[in-house]
Formats: sequence, C-alpha cells, structure tokens
Amino acid sequence: MNLTLRVWRQKGPQDKGRMVSYQVTDVSPDMSFLEMLDMLNERLTLEGEEPVAFDHDCREGICGACSMVINGTAHGPQKLTTTCQLHMRTFSDGDTIDIEPWRAKAFPVIKDLVVNRGAFDKIIQAGGFISAPTGSAPEAHSTPVPKADADEAFDAATCIACGACVAACPNGSGMLFTAAKITHLGLLPQGQPERDSRVVNMLAAHDEAGFGGCTNAGECTAVCPKGIPLTTIGRLNRDFIKASGKR
Amino acid sequence: MAVTGVLLVLFLVVHMLGNLKIFVGAAAFDHYAHWLRDLGSPLLPHTWYLWIQRAVLTFAVVGHIWAATSLALRAKAARPVKYAHRAKVQGSYAARTMRWGGVIILLFVIYHILDLTTGNLNPVADKAHPYANVVADFAPGRWYVTLFYTLAILSIGFHLRHGIFSALRTLGQQTEKGQRRNRAIALGVAVVLCAGYLSVPFAVLTGLVS
Ligand code: HEM
Ligand code: SF4
Ligand code: FES
Repeated sequence: MNLTLRVWRQKGPQDKGRMVSYQVTDVSPDMSFLEMLDMLNERLTLEGEEPVAFDHDCREGICGACSMVINGTAHGPQKLTTTCQLHMRTFSDGDTIDIEPWRAKAFPVIKDLVVNRGAFDKIIQAGGFISAPTGSAPEAHSTPVPKADADEAFDAATCIACGACVAACPNGSGMLFTAAKITHLGLLPQGQPERDSRVVNMLAAHDEAGFGGCTNAGECTAVCPKGIPLTTIGRLNRDFIKASGKR
Repeated sequence: MAVTGVLLVLFLVVHMLGNLKIFVGAAAFDHYAHWLRDLGSPLLPHTWYLWIQRAVLTFAVVGHIWAATSLALRAKAARPVKYAHRAKVQGSYAARTMRWGGVIILLFVIYHILDLTTGNLNPVADKAHPYANVVADFAPGRWYVTLFYTLAILSIGFHLRHGIFSALRTLGQQTEKGQRRNRAIALGVAVVLCAGYLSVPFAVLTGLVS
C-alpha cells in the first residue's frame, strides 16, 4: 500500500507546531499502525531528519501509552482498539491519513504526538486508591463480593488511562476516566471507607487540572478502547450527590 | 443544568396541556387564561400566582443559561489548540446542537412573550381573548410565523431529547437497563411535546381551529 500521512510535528512544548505531509510506500496491510510509523521513522533517520516522536510501550493494547487521533478519531477508525492494535488493512491504498496528538489543555504536547498525561496521575493521587494493610494477601473468601458487582467493577477496572476519552470529548472533559475509577473502587467492599471523599477529591483534581465539564455527549465511550460505558458517569454523579448531602 | 432543566420541562408539559384547550373551543381557552390569573384565590390576590410562576421560570432560565455558559467557557479553555481533522464518532445531532439550539429557543421565547403575552407583535393583541390572538397569529397569510414556531419547537424537541437524557444521568441514573429506559423517556417526552405544541399552529393553519 502507498499512503500519504499528514502528521503533527512540534519541536517542543513552546513550538507552535504544524501538519507535515509524508509519502510512505510499500506498507504491508499486516503491519500495525505503529509499525507503519516505525518504517517512516527509519527512513527519516536515514535521511538525516528528526523522526516522529510518539508514545508506545506494550504494543498489545494493555498499557495505554499509544495515543493518536487518526483521521479525527482517537485511536483510529476501529472500535474497541488501541492505536497499537490497529492494522493497516483497515485503510486502503492511496489513502491520506491525518495523525494528531490528544488535544487538551490538561495534556500539553511535549513533542510531536507525545503529550503529558500527568493530569491523570493527579486525579488518581486525589482518591484513586484504597487504604489496606500491606503484607500477605488476605483470604479471598473473607470479604464476599456479589458476582454482578465484581463483574461490573472489573469492567471499569479495564480502563488503561490512555486519555482517548479526553481527546474525543467536545468539552475536553476527563469524566469517563474519572468515572471508571470511581465505579471500579466504589462497587467493591474495599472501596467503601473512602467512597465519599474519593469522588469529591477526584472531581476537584479533575477540574483543577483544566479538564472541561461533562455534558453526557457520549463521544468518550464511542472511542474508548476498553468500552467503558457511559453509565459509570451516572455512578460518579450519584456518589457525588450522596457525598455532597453528607457534608 | 439538570435541576433548572427539570423545572423548565415541567412548565413545558403544563403549558402544552393548557394550549390543547384550544381544541375545546374559544370560551374554554379564554376561560383557562382568566383562571390562570386567579389561580390560588382567595389565598393569592389576582395574578399573583402567575407572577410567582414567572419568577420561578425566570430563575430557572437564568440559572440554566448561566450553567450552560460556564460549561461552554470551560470547554473552550480545555482545548486551546483545535484539531485539524475532527470526526463525529458518536454523532448525536441532539447532543451536538445543545448550545446553539438553546440560543434559538431563547430568541423564540422572547418573540413568543412579545407576541402572545404582551401582544406587541400580535396582529390582534386582545388581552382578554387569547384565543383570537392565537388564531390571528397562525392565519395562512402569516405562514412565516407558523414556520418560525415550527422550527423553534423542533429545536426544543432536539434540545429535550439530549437534555432529558443528560439530566437523568446527572441526577445519578447508573445502570444499563436504566439507560435504555432513560433514552426512551427522553425521546418519548420530546416527541409528545413537539406533537402537542405543533398541533395548535397547524390546526389554525388548516382551519380546524378558527
Ligand atoms: C405553538 C405552540 C404554542 C402556543 C400556541 C403558545 C401559546 C401561548 C399563549 C396563548 C400564551 C399566553 C398565555 C396567557 O397569557 O394566558 C403563552 C405564554 C407563554 N409561552 Fe407559549 N405557546 C406555545 C409554545 C411555547 C413553547 C414551546 C414555549 C417554551 C419554550 C413557550 C413559552 C411560553 C412562556 C414562557 C409563556 C408565558 C409568558 C408569561 O406569561 O410570562 N410557549 N403561550
Ligand atoms: S476510559 Fe477508556 S478512553 Fe478513557 S482513559 Fe480509560 S481506557 Fe482510555
Ligand atoms: S502501546 Fe500499550 S496500549 Fe498501545
């Protein structure tokens, strides 16, 4: 396959940045999207040009590092798929593909397609934890969890903190990520002691970081590679109303 | 957003039911308008109830607009650099048009009050007989008024479809099953209110009400 890429190039946080076109030839349909970029980068390196910087780590859809808006959609056209798991067969020969970084004030661009997602860490530090004595693992049956709750908590826990939800949100809101954590911990017995302070503090950290407010538009869940449902946001809201009533 | 929105939806339901009295006849409709002014009597003096309702609605509208404006400003600040290429993935037309739709509805409400409450823009403007005002409003010769009302009410329908869904979510609706019910309620209320409101101008236009 032969493709035209239009890639966001930005030398550093202060640089203004712009879209730059590249031709890539002989792309195998079996390549992953990142392998296709590796190929471009090898060529750029040989030509003495600066390669395109992008985040990646596991390349198997579990770490959440890869982060690209491909043709206007976070993680590209395939549902429930991270950029690293997207294959070139989803495109056609002759296509033009636009590649941009996550766009959010809370995720400033470091270089090219790499953004700083430290704002998510701030949200986690504010309440995305439980207090438990460390040491040997407790007996599994000492705290029974209803199967339905365990399943729903687990589904929410599959969030890999990639930030696609923020990238896709018309409000630049990080509510789906925050709600996934609230749901994951709030459904389990171990999450109960901090349940009220968690939602209040995590939301404060979310707003503090410069994310926008949620209007339930639903773009987040449509691009989420882990299919975190919009209902988690209802859980967050309900926890917040309860916690506010108690203060 | 959700709390003020719920107040406004309740008003829309009651107002629609009141409007439908037009199908009962001129006397019933005019009597209804007079009754509104003496609602709560003898406890409340003449038109007091109406003024209380106007105060509550004004509070709700101002609160609603204030919340929407601060959300819009936050959204603008949260994405200082725009995307060069932006696809609509979820693509809910209703969700995307909430902000401009809201502005259109506000302009409509201002026009509507000048038309049927104060009478400034009404060809008859007979305060004692609102039936005559409505009939004059939607006469076939004034098709542009009917067209504007229709467009405004359709925007209200879209606004409600996403607005009701979103309000229930904000108030803590949190299960998959509830979400299906939630979407059905939002669509149902939007369709019923649209049909109810549109029936009046079209009944006048077609001569069913004259
Ligand atoms: C085509 C459908 C409609 C008709 C025929 C209609 C008719 C009327 C009439 C006759 C009045 C005056 C009632 C009186 O003074 O006793 C009125 C008042 C009012 N209408 Fe409508 N209406 C319609 C749709 C709407 C919609 C969709 C909205 C809201 C977005 C709305 C908002 C209002 C408000 C706020 C007032 C009260 C103003 C006040 O008394 O302070 N109307 N309408
Ligand atoms: S909710 Fe989904 S899109 Fe958002 S950070 Fe988690 S995995 Fe990524
Ligand atoms: S590189 Fe780890 S999820 Fe894509």
